[in-house]
Formats: sequence, C-alpha cells, structure tokens
Amino acid sequence: MSLRPDLAAIAEMIPQSSRVLDVGCGDGALLEHLAATKGVDGRGIELVQQNVNACVARGLPVMQGDADTDLGEYPSAAFDVAILSQTIQMARSPRDVLDHLLRIGRRTVISLPNFGHWRVRLSLLAHGRMPRTQALGYEWYDTPNIHLCTIADFVALANETEATIERALALDEKGRTRPMRAEAWGPNLLADGAIFLLRGK
Amino acid sequence: MKLIPAVGVEAEGAVLIRAGTGKIKAARDPRLTQVPARLSKPAPAQGWPWNLQLADWIDGHMAESPKFLRPVTAADADVGHAIVFDAPLTLDCGKTLKPFTVAYMTYGALNAHRSNTVLVCHALTGDQFVASDHPVTGKPGWWDTMVGPGKPIDTDRFFVICANVVGGCMGTTGPAEICASTGRPYGLDFPLVTIRDMVRAQAMLLDALGIEKVMSVIGGSMGGMLVLQWAASFPGRVVSAVPIACAARHSAQNIAFHEVGRQAIMADPDWKGGTYQLHGTQPSKGLAVARMAAHITYLSEAALQRKFGRSLQDREQISFGFGPDFQIESYLHHQGVTFVDRFDANSYLYITRAMDYFDLAAEQGGTLAEAFRGSKTRFLIISFTSDWLFPTAENKHVAHALNATAATVSFVEIATDRGHDAFLLDEPELFATVRGFLNSVAASVGA
Repeated sequence: MSLRPDLAAIAEMIPQSSRVLDVGCGDGALLEHLAATKGVDGRGIELVQQNVNACVARGLPVMQGDADTDLGEYPSAAFDVAILSQTIQMARSPRDVLDHLLRIGRRTVISLPNFGHWRVRLSLLAHGRMPRTQALGYEWYDTPNIHLCTIADFVALANETEATIERALALDEKGRTRPMRAEAWGPNLLADGAIFLLRGK
Repeated sequence: MKLIPAVGVEAEGAVLIRAGTGKIKAARDPRLTQVPARLSKPAPAQGWPWNLQLADWIDGHMAESPKFLRPVTAADADVGHAIVFDAPLTLDCGKTLKPFTVAYMTYGALNAHRSNTVLVCHALTGDQFVASDHPVTGKPGWWDTMVGPGKPIDTDRFFVICANVVGGCMGTTGPAEICASTGRPYGLDFPLVTIRDMVRAQAMLLDALGIEKVMSVIGGSMGGMLVLQWAASFPGRVVSAVPIACAARHSAQNIAFHEVGRQAIMADPDWKGGTYQLHGTQPSKGLAVARMAAHITYLSEAALQRKFGRSLQDREQISFGFGPDFQIESYLHHQGVTFVDRFDANSYLYITRAMDYFDLAAEQGGTLAEAFRGSKTRFLIISFTSDWLFPTAENKHVAHALNATAATVSFVEIATDRGHDAFLLDEPELFATVRGFLNSVAASVGA
C-alpha cells in the first residue's frame, strides 16, 4: 500500500533512525512506513479507538489521548521530530499544542489545510456562508475543524513562537508538493495546504 | 530433581506432587482434610438465584460445619498442577516460606523454541482457573472470554500459564494451608506477602517449568499490578506486558475500601483472631460483607442504575423492614454468600494487604520511571472510562512514566459504562486490542 502523497512528503523530511512522535497518527500508516523504510523509532498519539487498535495491531506504540491535554506529559527534546499532520485545526488551543510540539521535538513538522485558498475565499464572497470544500466538507456547526487558518495565519503564529521555518512545501488537492516561500502571497491563494518544518527557539 | 510432566522438563529444587487431574490432598495434614461435609454450594434458589437472606443462609450452613473445616473447598477439588518447592521463598517482610506450593493451570502447548508462553496473572479473588471450569463453583473460567482456542489469547497458538498467587487459597501456599513446622494451619502466622513476593514465586515456577522468557505477561486489576512488577523485577524475561485496569500504587481510596473489608472479617466473632480453622468456624458473615463492599467498587454507578435501578426484589412494594427490598441488595447478598464458598477469609486479608502495600515508585526512591529504566519490554496499558477503582488517570500515569524512559508503550482507553469489572466482561474493543497486540508480538518473536 502506498503512502498518501502528503504523508510521503512528510516522511521525506524525517532523518534516518530518528525518534519520532506522530500526534494524531491515525491508523499508523506514516509511522509504519517510517519504521520500515528509515528505521525510525516512532510513537503515536491518537484519539479514535479504531485507529488506536489499528496501530496496536501493527505493532506500533500508540497512546490513546488528546493533543490538547496530553502533550504536557512529554519531556522536552524527547524526540528528534514531532509531527502534527492535518490536525492543528482541530485543537482547542493550537498555540499551546504548537508550543508543546516545539518543546518536545527538536524539529516539528506540521501540515495543515489552507483556508486562504482562492476557492474558499470566493465561496465566502459569493454565497456569504461558511465555505465547504472537498477537504473541509463540514457544516460550520458540526465541524471538528474549529481553528481553521490560512498559510499566512500559521506563518504569523510560527513567528510569534519565535520558531524558525526551515522548510515550507505547498500542497495541491492531490497532495502533491512543491517548495514555497512561507511569506509569499501566492501559495496562500493557490495552495490547498502546506507542510512546514520548524525548529523551536 | 523430579520430572514435571506438565511440559516435560526438569527443574532444580522442585518436586512435582501432582499433575493433570489428581488431588493435592496427600500434601495436607490428614486431620484437616477429613472434611465430612464441605461447605456446600448455595441452597437451590427460588426465583432469582440471589434471592437469599444472607444471615439465614449462613446460619443454615454453619449448623453443618465440620471440625477443622478448611474454608475453601479446594481440598476436594481439582487444582490443576502443583509444584512443591524445597528452595525457600524469601519475602519482602524478611521471612521465608519453605517449603511452599504453587498451584497452576496450563492451556495450549509450549512450542519448540519455548517462545510462545503467555503468563496470565489473576486478580484479588481470582485463581488459576482462567479458562476452565472452576472446581468449586463449576462456573466457567474467570477469563474464558479472553483465553481459549481462537480467543484473543489463543491457546491454539500460545502456551498459557496461570498460577494461584502466594497467599491465595486454591492450592498455592497461603494462610489456610498447613505450616510444616507446626502441623497446624498458618492463620495469622502466615508472613505478610507482597506483590513482589507473588512475582518471585511465579518466576520460580517458570524456572521449574524451564521457561526463561515469556512472550507476554497479562492481567487485570491486581493481575495488572503483578504484570508491572514482573516487568520491573525481571525485565529480561518479559518480552511484552499487558497491565489492564490497574495502577503502579494503591490509592488512599482503594486502601480505604480494603480496610472496610478486612474490618468486616475481623469483626466477625467466628474469625477468632484468624484461628477459625482450629475452631471449626468460618467468618462467613464478615467475608460476605467484605465481598459486598468490594463488589460495589467493581461496578460503575451507571451500570448499577442500568441493571437494577430502584427495582424491587420479588415484591410489589417496599416492606417497611430491613429485608432485601431492592434487587441491588439481593444481588449483593448473592455476591457475598457465593464468595464465602470459594474463598478463605484470611487469604482475603493477606491479598488485600499485598495490594495496599504495592507502590512501584516507592521501591525506586519515588520515581516510577526508574522502575522501568532501560526496559526492552513492549507495554500495552489498557483502562476503562468508567473504572473508578483504577481510573484512567492512574493507568495513564504508568504509561507516561514508561514514555519518560523511552520504553515502547501503547495506551488504550476503552469506552464502557461497566466499571472496573469491564476487563472480565465481553468488551469487543478490549478483545480486538489484545488480539492485535499479541499477534504483533508473536510475529516479532516468531511464535
């Protein structure tokens, strides 16, 4: 089974034989891939029972829990890389989650959907209602994505935490990536999402 | 050295006294095993099986109590395999047990590489009959939903061992057994044992069976404490560990509930300072009350409400008296009276005390993580949302301590309203988790 393209792009950023914490690891596909191809010692955090069971059955160490409440238990610099894939928009407190990730991992990889994409902007402008996109197909009242942001918003938050953006990739709707400049206006309008490699201060 | 037919290996210092379906009667003082009428099973119930008045039932049975009644009827029962150890068991309290017996059951077969052993640790009132009918009650094994052919702990693939703990009352040396030096039951002369002592005895059992490494040690509640102790005491022997619904220490609340139970036993005049066996009595009322109080802690408020609510027991309206008006009362009475049939009151004192004393961090100067430093064991920790006896936070505490030492640990919290007892019940997510974990461990060790 081949890895989802955006996960493959994240995997490409992970050093050989590193210790990795994947927050919101889903069914463990990325961690399993990293263990098999890069000898990574990976750990996961996942909220959904079926996903946790899938990880356990894959032999992956996973903690059933919530990024909002459980990250505080992890010691600083315990991992070479902390990953948060397509999850930050679901956090109750994205700023705290980001702070913890930057503390726990020497590097942090974050991928997120871009609410600044032109279709989202146009949808709000044209209909005057909260946009629903392919990636974010929920009504405003039942969405788990309670803290959506644009690429520019996230870059601003990263700057506020004094994290260094070491790499930035733009994602298209198929999960294909291309390098981007984090501050550029183009990707914020055209990219469906982004992946950032950060280093805490 | 004597041969141990159970798995066909020899062991130092171990003497097999029985294997298969024999009895261990011969090992006991004949005076004490001449039991004319053992404490029998509960009288045939009318209506609900627990439709019994506790006091009436006990009084009725006390009349036929024989002299030197061994409170637990294992004397007449099949206790599975048993090994008598001549080597002393050195206890945390400083005393030693010598000789001592460990009674155990096995299921499945040991593979050629001896890599497929799963050691199941039982809870406070459990025993070695994890997956076969209980010899006293005739009920199915206490974990036969989990252990058996094709079950999550698959006896077609794994060699499952379950041993009665030291201090227990199903064949392993405990306070109800005869002390070799006095020829009388130990009673309160039995030394205080700890969870670590229980694990030491189990390790000696595995030595005797010629098993160096276990693929997995697994257990719930007190069994989970044993699992944690195994991982801490013998990290090199434990490939994986599955502590379920437990904690690295007994909380104040847990100690409190245990103390209520112990006081109930000791307040029973028939307890006689722990020498009831010599007086032909049994503190059945006290033990039953202890069980009733404990049983409440095994259930959740929601489960009690769902199961019983305020439903009345075999009556249309309240009786304006103190009989069991409510179904929940009747249920608890039933739990109490059936328990005294199969459990020794002094054993209850000793084992609850062992749990109270359990504190893995204290052994390590207060830092739990130290107990597992450098451990190569793979852990799977499981808790239940509605368990208030060993709540998720306690289980997670262990998981975080393991994480802090970079141990390989998974933590799973299973959503259920059935309270602490959920680990013994039909919980599909529990089964799926354990099955998946054991399969992955088995694959990694080639079992």
